[in-house]
Amino acid sequence: MTGPAKARAPRKGKAADAEKAWQLRLYVAGQTPKSLTAFANLKRICEEYLEGKYRIEVIDLMVNPQLAKGDQILALPTLVRRLPDPMKKIIGDLSNTERVLVGLDIKPLA
Amino acid sequence: MAKPKLKPALEILLKCPTGIKGLDEVTGGGLPKGRPTLVCGGTGCGKTLLAMEFLVRGATEYDEPGVFMSFEERSEELTKNFASLGFDLDEMAARDKLVLDYVHIDRSEIEVSGEYDLQGLFIRLGHAIESIGAKRVVLDTIETLFSGFTDEVILRAELKRLFGFLKEKGVSAVITGEQGERSLTRYGLEEYVADCVIFLNHKVDQQIATRRLRVVKYRGSAHGTNEYPFLIDEQGFSVMPISSIGLDHAASSERVSSGIPRLDTMLGAKGYYRGSSVLVTGTAGTGKSSMAAHFVDAACRRGERCLYFAFEESRNQIIRNMRSIGLDLEQWVNKGLLEFRNSRPTLYGLEMHLVTMHKAIERFQPAIVVVDPISNLIAAASDMEVKSMLSRLIDFLKMKGITALCTDLTSAGGSLERTDVGISSLMDTWLLLQVLEGSGERNRGLYILKSRGMEHSNQVREYRLTDNGATLLDVYVGSGGVLTGAGRVAQESREKAETLERNLEIERKQRDIERKKAVIEAQIAALRTSFEAEKEDLERAIARETLHQKALVEETLEMARSRKSDAVAPPKGNSAKAGKRGRK
Repeated sequence: MTGPAKARAPRKGKAADAEKAWQLRLYVAGQTPKSLTAFANLKRICEEYLEGKYRIEVIDLMVNPQLAKGDQILALPTLVRRLPDPMKKIIGDLSNTERVLVGLDIKPLA
Repeated sequence: MAKPKLKPALEILLKCPTGIKGLDEVTGGGLPKGRPTLVCGGTGCGKTLLAMEFLVRGATEYDEPGVFMSFEERSEELTKNFASLGFDLDEMAARDKLVLDYVHIDRSEIEVSGEYDLQGLFIRLGHAIESIGAKRVVLDTIETLFSGFTDEVILRAELKRLFGFLKEKGVSAVITGEQGERSLTRYGLEEYVADCVIFLNHKVDQQIATRRLRVVKYRGSAHGTNEYPFLIDEQGFSVMPISSIGLDHAASSERVSSGIPRLDTMLGAKGYYRGSSVLVTGTAGTGKSSMAAHFVDAACRRGERCLYFAFEESRNQIIRNMRSIGLDLEQWVNKGLLEFRNSRPTLYGLEMHLVTMHKAIERFQPAIVVVDPISNLIAAASDMEVKSMLSRLIDFLKMKGITALCTDLTSAGGSLERTDVGISSLMDTWLLLQVLEGSGERNRGLYILKSRGMEHSNQVREYRLTDNGATLLDVYVGSGGVLTGAGRVAQESREKAETLERNLEIERKQRDIERKKAVIEAQIAALRTSFEAEKEDLERAIARETLHQKALVEETLEMARSRKSDAVAPPKGNSAKAGKRGRK
C-alpha cells in the first residue's frame, strides 16, 4: 500500500465507462499490518479478475472517523462494493481469495 | 418493614446520578462513574427505556451529553418512540447534547475473508463521544454483534477491548443485554462488565403484570438488594425504593381534628397527630367512609389539600353519599383542595398502584391522604405483597409528614381486632367501628383501639350518622354493657322519669313547709285574738272596780259630812283614797 489516500488502478487505455463498472472502497484504520495486507490482497485480486474495470478508494477512519457511519462500518478492514449494485461488504484482510470472489460476486474465470 | 437506610458510599467510588426516580436511591447515588453498567432482562422489560432515560436525564439535568449507539432500532424509530415520553431527541441532538448512532448489522450482507477486528466500531464510538464531549454512553444491545459476526473468539476479545476502551474514555456506560436461559445475558456479557449489573424483570402473576428491578451486583458500593417494583408511564421510568426508607421521619406534635368534635375529645381532646397514620376498620356499613369524609371535610375547611384514593366508589358516588350526611365535598373539589383518584384495584398490579399513588402525591402535595379501602387492594395481589406495599406507602407518607387515613373492611365472622392485611402494627391510631347487636337492633359503636402517644378515651361510644353528619352520643351503661339504640332510648326515658319524680318530691316538701307555716301562723293569730279578748275583759273589770271604789269614797265622804265629825279632805288621788281606806 502506497498510502492511505486514494489509489487508482492503473489504466490500460480501456474505455472510461468500464472504469466505473467496479467501484470498491476499502476502509482501514491507519497503516496496520492488517490494513496493508488487505490492500495488497485487494489489488492482487482486482488485477487478476477485474483488470482495467475497477477503481479502489481507501478510506482511513483514523483520519476521517465520521465516514464510518455512512457505510455502517464496524469491522476493519472492510471492503465495500459500491458498484455494481447491490452493495456488498467483505470484512477481513481478504486473505481468502475465494471468499472475496464470492463476496464481490465475481465469477472466477473458468 | 423498612431496611436500614442506604448510606452514600465514601468518596472512593464516584457515582453518576441517573436522574431516574428511585434508581439513585437504590444504588446509593447512581451508577458507577466512568465505568460500564450492564442492564439485562427479558424482551420488553424496559432496558432501552432505562438506558435512554439515563442519557436524557444526564444531558438535561446534569449537563452530561450522551451517545446512544443502537444496534436494534433506527434513530428515527427511537426518536419517534421516545417522543411519546416527552423526550425530544432531535432537539437534543441539535443542541449537541445527544448523538444517536444506529449500527446496522446484516449477516447476509457481510462476507468474511481473513482476519478482522472491530476497530471500526471503536472509531465510530470514539468519534461520537468526542464530537459532543459525551460523558455517558449507551450500547443497546451490543449482543446483536453476535448475530452479525460468527467468530466468537474475535468477538469476545473485541468486547473485552471495548469495555476497556470505554473505561479509558472515562464515560459512564450502560450496556444492555438480553436475558439468557440460565445466565443473566444470552452471551455472557456479565463476564466483561464486572462493576454493576442491574436486572429487570417483567412478571405476570394472576394476569397482572409487574415490573421489577434488582441490582444484582455493584462492586465497591452498598446497594439495595431487593427486587424493587418499577413503572413505565408517560413520564418515563420510576423505581420504587420504598423499603430503603428508614424509620427516622420527624414526628410532629401538632394535632389535626378528626372532623367529629366528640371524637377529638376522645383523642386527648385534640384529634390525631399530624403526619400519623390512622386506620379505621369495621364491618360493612359501619360508616368508615363517612369517618374519612369528615376528616377530609375538616381538613379542607382549614384550607389543607386532600387526596382521596377510592378503590370502591366513583367520585360522584362518594360526593352524593356524603351529601346525605350533610357534607358537601364538591365545593372542595371545585376549589382544588380535594382530589379524588378512583381506580379499580384490579386495574393494574399493586406496584403500579403504589407508583401511581406516589406520583399523584408528589404532584398534588396533599396534607392528608385517604385510602378507601385498603382491603380492596388484596384483590390485586397476595396478602404479603399488600402488606409490604402498604408499609412502603405509609413509610412514604410519614416521611412526607402527610396524615393518612386508611379504611379497612373487616370481613364478617373474623376477629374484629384483626385487619385482613395485618397492617395494624404500622398504624398510629386505630379506630374500630363495630356493630353492636342487642334488643333486636344493630347499632354503630366506635372505640379507639389504640392511639400512640396520647391519652385516649377507653369508652365504647355509640355513633350515628345523621343529616348533620356523624355524631357520637352519650354513653349509657346498663347491666349488659353499653346501651345503644332502643336500649339507650329506654334508659334515657327512665332517667328522665326519675328526674321528674325527684323534682316532684322536692316541690311537695316545699309545699309542706308552706302549709306548716300557714298553720302556725293561724295558731298565732288565734292566740292573739283570745289574748285580746281576755285583755278586754280584764280591763273592763278594772274599770268596774275603780268605779266601785270611787262610789265607796263618795259614800264615806257623804257620811262624814252628814255626821260633821271631821274635817273632810277633798278626795284627791288614789293614795289618799287608799290611805283613807286603810284607815277605815
